Amino acid sequence: MIDQNRRSFLKSLGLIGITAAGLPSASVKAQSQIKLSEDRMGVLVDTTVCIGCRNCEWACKKAHGLEAGVVNDYEDRSVFKSKRRPDHSALTIVNEYQNPKNSLVPADVKFQCMHCDQPGCVSACIVAAITKHENGAVTWDGDKCIGCRYCMVACPFQIPAFEYNKAIQPEIMKCDFCFERISEGKLPACVEICPTETLTYGKRKDLIEIAKERIRRKPDRYVNHIFGEKEVGGTSWLYLAGQEFSNFDFPKLGEDTAPGVSESIQHGIFAYFIPPIALYALLGGVMWINKNKNKSERE
Amino acid sequence: MEHLMKPAPIKARFITPGVIVLIVLAVNALVFLTIRFLFGLGTVTNLDNQFPWGIWIAIDVATGVALAAGGFTSAALAHIIHKEEYEAVIRPALLTAMLGYTFVAFGVFIDLGRYYFIWHPIFMWNGSSPLFEVGICVMIYATVLYVEFLPIVTERFIGNVRLKGLFSKLNGVIDSILRFLDRGLNKTMFIFIIAGVVLSSLHQSSLGTLMVIAGPKMHPLWQTPVLPLLFLMSAIAVGFPMIIFESTLASRSLKLKPEMKILSGLGRMIGPMLGIYLAFKLGDIAIRGTYIYLTEVSTVSIMFLIEIVIGVIIPLRMFFSEKVVNSQLWLFVAASLVVFGVFLNRVNTFLVAYNPPHAMKTYFPSVGEISVTLGCIALLVLLYRACVFIFPIISLPDTKLLPKTKYTVSGGKS
Repeated sequence: MIDQNRRSFLKSLGLIGITAAGLPSASVKAQSQIKLSEDRMGVLVDTTVCIGCRNCEWACKKAHGLEAGVVNDYEDRSVFKSKRRPDHSALTIVNEYQNPKNSLVPADVKFQCMHCDQPGCVSACIVAAITKHENGAVTWDGDKCIGCRYCMVACPFQIPAFEYNKAIQPEIMKCDFCFERISEGKLPACVEICPTETLTYGKRKDLIEIAKERIRRKPDRYVNHIFGEKEVGGTSWLYLAGQEFSNFDFPKLGEDTAPGVSESIQHGIFAYFIPPIALYALLGGVMWINKNKNKSERE
Repeated sequence: MEHLMKPAPIKARFITPGVIVLIVLAVNALVFLTIRFLFGLGTVTNLDNQFPWGIWIAIDVATGVALAAGGFTSAALAHIIHKEEYEAVIRPALLTAMLGYTFVAFGVFIDLGRYYFIWHPIFMWNGSSPLFEVGICVMIYATVLYVEFLPIVTERFIGNVRLKGLFSKLNGVIDSILRFLDRGLNKTMFIFIIAGVVLSSLHQSSLGTLMVIAGPKMHPLWQTPVLPLLFLMSAIAVGFPMIIFESTLASRSLKLKPEMKILSGLGRMIGPMLGIYLAFKLGDIAIRGTYIYLTEVSTVSIMFLIEIVIGVIIPLRMFFSEKVVNSQLWLFVAASLVVFGVFLNRVNTFLVAYNPPHAMKTYFPSVGEISVTLGCIALLVLLYRACVFIFPIISLPDTKLLPKTKYTVSGGKS
């Protein structure tokens, strides 16, 4: 009898085990989960051009109704002493890093949501409050969000920020690629204000060509790596740099999409609801057999 | 044996010094919860943008679900495998699971930034989200547990509804509702029992899938595509230890004689289940080659070793010893170690292993978070106690059927 007990447990385990075993091949399939437009937009950030004026920070706050202050205050370079991260009060920030090639010209790097092609947050969100749009933007819907913060767990760049000090209607705050502005054909606020053309807004596929061309022309200026071209399956925002991206606190990421493995497991366990129904039928059968066995033993 | 045992409400003094301690803990939690609901999560917790989940998720929710596994494992054993001699543990395990899941839901509720939208997942679906699946499964399973509990309510109150004053007119109506429920449930209960086991298997495993999406943010010792399988196997393995753990504590607190025959029987089944879990766990770190992280001394390697050695290997060895299985004390110790092991595994998976890319400091729970978690556990124990006083849950020797000499002779030593 105990044997039977173990066997039935094992069978149910086996169901999930089979799913897990089929992962490597299945994960490739799962990557086509979100249909992407060929013409989706992106921004190329050339960190070798940025001067750290932080006008983008000011323009971003302005565009999103956040407390922005006066633009002149952003000339204060003492903020570069510490490394900052985007949060609920600033959806984009610029950090400054040493330049090993020329210590007089530091490297300034803007950070914000990368707008992944296959975003972890979109896959993770319990109520589908986060959407990857045709134009490339990943946006958050405040009408759906329940504030579980699973998107923050899922994001490979640790970007979504939460308003921890709000008791009612706290929001998940992150760069929305100026979704409304670009839908109207305008430039994102940060791109528009950038005085040095650090930021180039355009179709993602064109931006990759531009980036490759810049690297080809000035191989001494750039490392041969477009960050975001392949990372986590590609991101809408792309970066060029004069030194390794790990120096800029970019996380080391592979080419697998963030939700790949998790979605394969999820869709495996729930493939047309067959595994749960099969388990139900199996348990029902075991129950029926054992009940009858007990009856006949008693007779 | 089962003819001599019959579930009955406990008759004893409800208030004891221990109960007062529990009440104090619960009230303390209430203070912090009030602050949380008035001023937001940030005022009470140490959570930030790097560490969005703390012990309210890792302990109240993830560990809570795992430790409520006694409900579906005992249901599978007694009803599906049909080992009737274990009937006596069904009701206490069912009550623990029911209260456990109620508190899991409560844990989610207080942790949600927009708790008043907790119902959203019922209407707003995302099939690719493991959290969505966990949420839906937990919701349905909690309902199934309440349905499974209903016969205990009908048993207690049929022919026994005695409301006073104005409500006395309702007595007849309520009584016939209870009788109707009883008749209907009698015929359909098997549907709910099987559903309970299926739903449990699904969300116990999906709870593991939750952290898979964190990818490289999680330490490789725990980050594995078989995480859901490991979560399911550890949940199954902790089911019976949890029953032994709680029924030993309950019988001590209520001054009853523990049913050693049943508990030893359960104890003998734990070894193989724990063994399978250990094999998969070790196989996982062997195949992925992550055991190399164990050669360096660090928080993660130490936590992993504690989890495996104290929480799995030592109790595994213990459960294969007849001496341990037959001793009330050692059985309790071994069961407690498994419970501790699974608790630590969930905390490790959700907190210790989680290492976000830009963390300036590590997360440690605040006084408020710890207070609320302790208060929830205290309230759960209080409700358990209240339920066994009101409802026929714990099986007692049936005095009418019991030969008088049987227990008086054996006396002190068992």
